[in-house]
Amino acid sequence: MLNYILQLIIKTWVMAEMEIRKLLHDPTELITRAIQPILWLGIFGEAMSKIRAIPTQGVTYLQFITPGILTQSITFVSIFYGLAIIWERDMGLLQKILVTPTPRLALVWGKMISAGIRGLSQAVIIFLFTLILQIHLRITLFSILGVVIITMLGASFFTGLSMIIASIVKTRERFMGIGQIITLPLFFASNAIYPISIMPSWLQVVANANPLSYMVDGLRALLVTGDVSRLPFDIVILVIVTFAISFLSAYMYPKVAV
Amino acid sequence: MIMNEKIIEVKNLSKHFGQVLAVKDISFEVKRSEIFAFLGPNGAGKTTTIKMFITLLAPTSGDATISGYSVIHHPAEVRKVIGYVPQMISVDGALTVQENLMLMAHLYDVPYRERNERIQQMLAFLNLEKYAQSLVRTLSGGMIRKLEVGQAMLHHPHLLFLDEPTTGLDPIAKRNIWEHLAELRDTFGTTIFFSTHNMEEAEETCDRVAIMNDGEIAVIGSVSELKDKTNKKDATLEDAFIFFAGNSLEPGGNFHDIKQTRQTHHRLG
Repeated sequence: MLNYILQLIIKTWVMAEMEIRKLLHDPTELITRAIQPILWLGIFGEAMSKIRAIPTQGVTYLQFITPGILTQSITFVSIFYGLAIIWERDMGLLQKILVTPTPRLALVWGKMISAGIRGLSQAVIIFLFTLILQIHLRITLFSILGVVIITMLGASFFTGLSMIIASIVKTRERFMGIGQIITLPLFFASNAIYPISIMPSWLQVVANANPLSYMVDGLRALLVTGDVSRLPFDIVILVIVTFAISFLSAYMYPKVAV
Repeated sequence: MIMNEKIIEVKNLSKHFGQVLAVKDISFEVKRSEIFAFLGPNGAGKTTTIKMFITLLAPTSGDATISGYSVIHHPAEVRKVIGYVPQMISVDGALTVQENLMLMAHLYDVPYRERNERIQQMLAFLNLEKYAQSLVRTLSGGMIRKLEVGQAMLHHPHLLFLDEPTTGLDPIAKRNIWEHLAELRDTFGTTIFFSTHNMEEAEETCDRVAIMNDGEIAVIGSVSELKDKTNKKDATLEDAFIFFAGNSLEPGGNFHDIKQTRQTHHRLG
């Protein structure tokens, strides 16, 4: 048991390290991925803030949606990992890793950590953009630490989810379709760009069951409102769903290889 | 480690996919340190059999032991003593040669103190020292295959499985790969188990051959034994192959197999 845990930790780190090295060899991807959130903030956010139709609990609309856009950006980066698993299966890389004495969970956690790091890079780029747009955010040591934790957890959850989807659909073509179908509804059925209170009641149920809402809630408390009373609850929810999905994912993804 | 003359022992191994019998009650043995070719038309059950040996797929019934460990009861032990080189390109193109080796050294639990030394030795052995810091996607097909073999050998496995190791390589690269494989066998006594469609290659390199057909082992033995069984003068291994696996299946394999093979050709080409 102790040996297994040691193996898990070491090999999780090896997997994560290799993913990080890939990013360092070719960081252009980080820049191109930042374009979409910049469009959401710079165009959608700017336009909607002129209308003032959405109640934003006493903050500007741009302040309100910045945590939502950050969350969306983290989610979209993470959802890509399921596709990566299918790609690695097509290459033979996945099979090769599966026949080494490596705990199945190590690959999942390794991918989750690397998705978290990609997510953090998005956070940095979005933060720089908020300076240009003069969106005021609360930047303290506490809020930075909180953002790091929520980003890592949220990125991990959606990485696990996408690996499960990949192990069900099994081909790149189908995954692309499903990925599109899942990411946008997750985004719209959350409090990312409008508060849950203005949704019809059935959608409120969906939004409250959506882990994305807890990410947004936590990030918004840290970066915008400063009311952190619900933050522990948000984090506990994210920890539970992330661990649960990592075990489910470790059970399911080896099926992609056969 | 159980030292046994038989490194692979297959006993009544079967695999069903729903109603389809992919592997039908096969039994055979592979001796330690031999180079063993696994032949058969597409869809004969070769890949399914290999996947059971390397613990990716659980058998429906029967068992196989690899170096004394059952693939059903001790898959974790089996994984420690084998190396596997898939048919497709299984190195990470976005990492350097050295990083690819480092990844596998970690995953195979090569002891910390020996890690760098073994990687250096492997780079020297494969003549890839100059390319240690190059991204793998900049290498040629032959170098990529060599690197893949090197990755699977870092932990000095008892047994190396190679799925179509020279598909898509030019004759010089092909010869080079085989020189390295023969040297590995001679140095470490590694058993080499490979599947191929290339009869000349099998004839030139292997000690023994098994031809699989329609989920069964049609014949097993040395190349000359197989040729004799065709009752034909000056028979080649190809004649033996056609004799034992000739007119059974739709030739050419299914869409998926063909797609994979051609993609591999394209990438290595």
